[in-house]
Amino acid sequence: MSSRVMALWEWFDSRMPSVAEEWRKHAAEYYAPKNFNFWYYFGVLSMLVLVIQIVSGIFLTMNYKPDAALAFGSVEYIMRDVPGGWIIRYIHSTGGSAFFVVVYLHMFRSLLYGSHREPRELVWIFGVLIYLTLMGEAFLGYLLPWGQMSYWGAQVIVNLFSTVPFIGPDLALWIRGDYVVSDVTLNRFFALHVIALPLVLLGLVVAHILALHDVGSNNPDGIEIKKNKDAHGRPVDGIPFHPYYTVKDTAGAVVFLAIFCIVLFFMPEMGGYFLENNNFIPADSLKTPEHIAPLWYFTPYYSILRAVPPLFDSQFPGVLAMGVAVMVFFFLPWLDRSPVKSIRYRGPYWKGALAVFIFVFLMLGYLGLEPTTVWGQLGFDAFFLDTKDRATWVARACTVLYFAFFILMPWYTARDKVRPVPDRVTM
Amino acid sequence: MSDKQKVDKTRRTLVVATSMLGGAASVGAAVPFVGSMLPSERAKAAGAPVEVDILAIAPGELRVFEWRGKPVWVIRRTAQMLESIVKSDPQLTDPGSAVPQQPDYATNQYRSRKPDVMVVEGVCTHLGCSPQLKPADAKAEMGADWLGGFYCACHGSKFDFAGRVYKGSPAPTNLVVPPYAFLSDTTILIGDDKKGA
Amino acid sequence: MKNLLAALLWLPASLLAAGSGYPLDHAPIEPRDLVSLQSGARTFVNYCLNCHSAQYMRYNRLSDLGLTEPQIRDNLMFAADKVGETMKVAMTAKDGKAWFGVPPPDLSVIARSRGADWLYTYLRAFYRDDQTASGWNNAVFPNVAMPHALWKLQGERDYEVVAHTDKAGHVGIERNWKQLTPGTQGAIEYDRTVRDLVNFLVYVGEPAAQSRKAIGIVVLFVLGVLYVFAYAMKKAFWKDVR
Repeated sequence: MSSRVMALWEWFDSRMPSVAEEWRKHAAEYYAPKNFNFWYYFGVLSMLVLVIQIVSGIFLTMNYKPDAALAFGSVEYIMRDVPGGWIIRYIHSTGGSAFFVVVYLHMFRSLLYGSHREPRELVWIFGVLIYLTLMGEAFLGYLLPWGQMSYWGAQVIVNLFSTVPFIGPDLALWIRGDYVVSDVTLNRFFALHVIALPLVLLGLVVAHILALHDVGSNNPDGIEIKKNKDAHGRPVDGIPFHPYYTVKDTAGAVVFLAIFCIVLFFMPEMGGYFLENNNFIPADSLKTPEHIAPLWYFTPYYSILRAVPPLFDSQFPGVLAMGVAVMVFFFLPWLDRSPVKSIRYRGPYWKGALAVFIFVFLMLGYLGLEPTTVWGQLGFDAFFLDTKDRATWVARACTVLYFAFFILMPWYTARDKVRPVPDRVTM
Repeated sequence: MSDKQKVDKTRRTLVVATSMLGGAASVGAAVPFVGSMLPSERAKAAGAPVEVDILAIAPGELRVFEWRGKPVWVIRRTAQMLESIVKSDPQLTDPGSAVPQQPDYATNQYRSRKPDVMVVEGVCTHLGCSPQLKPADAKAEMGADWLGGFYCACHGSKFDFAGRVYKGSPAPTNLVVPPYAFLSDTTILIGDDKKGA
Repeated sequence: MKNLLAALLWLPASLLAAGSGYPLDHAPIEPRDLVSLQSGARTFVNYCLNCHSAQYMRYNRLSDLGLTEPQIRDNLMFAADKVGETMKVAMTAKDGKAWFGVPPPDLSVIARSRGADWLYTYLRAFYRDDQTASGWNNAVFPNVAMPHALWKLQGERDYEVVAHTDKAGHVGIERNWKQLTPGTQGAIEYDRTVRDLVNFLVYVGEPAAQSRKAIGIVVLFVLGVLYVFAYAMKKAFWKDVR
């Protein structure tokens, strides 16, 4: 039996050797540093979530109707009438949030260990592109259930485009294909969500991984393992990705799936953060919900948008700030001038700046979920205050710090007190 | 595998065990996805059994009811129609209904629970067209020896008043008799034979 | 459109202030109590289903509550003739709008948008008010279009809010309820009726909720076992690293 299988494989391999070649190149003979820690699970987990989203998405598409009159009902149809439909729907809704959880942690890993630094700038740029595409994918997909939050969220985001000077209103009209978000908008968002952006996403993931495997993986020490090779030309501190990291990532994936399933089966709404209460009310173009907040993964940027005061009666500065807040990530490899990569050998400036940045990012995220009145009003009056909401002023301070983290980076990373980096990785 | 690596039994056992368990878990995970393609509750509700009041049907008249999206014929067969069924026997492919195209209780001469009430799916067993009623007096069209029955316009299959196919027709088998039951003397339920009898 | 954007970004704050601020009671619901769910279903079809639909809920799904199809057909189906039909209502949205000012919303997922506590408090917070078109008002949902559908059970009540200032200067609010006419049910019995109804509405919001949790336990168990093997496998391979 097994010799038959081997014979079949040899028949296949002699005709298409590139399959085995790619396997060797990207798994069996891809040497990864042996000191990967907890933070190195999230790349593989992002891929796992991508697969989960694609598979569950395909099956949702079989029963979902991209029609303003039918969309809301078709989701409830999936939840009730389709056998196992509720599992598939909750997998997809939980997966949406899980995607951002793992991607944010994956990006944080990069900041920790300098994975964005030379020679991995392209890996980082493809990664940021993936992040951007993912945001687009999440935004488009969130309209599909056609609840109140879907509708008004899309209404707000599309209106952001209308603030662009000169072309704005026409641009927003073109995106919607109507004067408000409507059936036409839903139909095109569906098309983009289920086919256009997933294709882009897949292409970018391939580019991200190819770029990574060309230069090799970074590690928690920020050491280039390729600089130290043995007689066979293999990195001394490297181990083949397969089997070492395939087995390790398998165990990690099981833990991740367990957490995923706890949410899916016991708290699919996640207290209103993954599925919002108001989204169980069908979209109504005449009635705005009392409180609009985007889903949690967008709220840091939403906070920045709200924090920036309008200029000459235009919201464009806020929109611009929000856009720049995302785009600035592209420049990270060149803003970071530290002689070392890993936080293990960096000095207090970077550690302090990173801590402040993470705090500010989380704070902005929290404030974006709440109305601006959440912390009440300032107790004094002054002519230069355009608002007395305390939360807005905190968000403004956080926004300044957010940008300061990037703008001042060349300065404080170059002057930081770094420690010497060892020649070999530490376990 | 390089020569340096010895075969490690523990590793092999654990890889096999984990793969088998993971494979089983994957099959479990596939269940809701595969199952989601079965008929939904809506489809089942739409395909629910249909109640028919046969007193509202004139003898000899063909009435079509929709069950699971398929046309189901109900005819109160006249004495003449019942006679034609006996006469047509020698010209049929499967006069004894040997091929199980009907429930057990309809595996009889008239292929029905009661001789005078015919319930049959109006779907040609050849390629799925719906045949038309051609009574015995349609001899001009169907030929002088036509006893009455059904004719499929698509490819010319002929059936008698029990839904049995004539020899020489492209259709291979008799028409299908759906499950049905008499709820009372005058009411039948198409699509479910468990209730009543 | 720019004004709309500004409104959506900042105005919600002022709108929020318009909420009634009535403290919500905890709904003592028990999703596995079949007797409570059946009682809630009965109240629902008798009092709610005249105006409100639950258009995504099929009658035959009520077998989840331990009912057989004949029981559902005989006791709960007044507005449909097939047990596979959904809980539709004869009243059209247009009629509803003409009669109540707004069409009565579908209740299939009302418990998921409002929450059990809100429903439980809301259905127990109606009071007589001459100022409104229906003659009823609600302490949780001020100026609600819906009249008190369960008023015969609860009886008529009066409600007033009294603001008072204590010695330290803190402004407090007192909420006073007064029973005007008795209902067919006493206060405790009425609370139970509403509890059962809310329990049923929560069930209708997600009929699969109970099987979801049951399946979840099995899935987690399988993943737990899988982890033991996966971790042992990882250990077996990693023993020779370094």
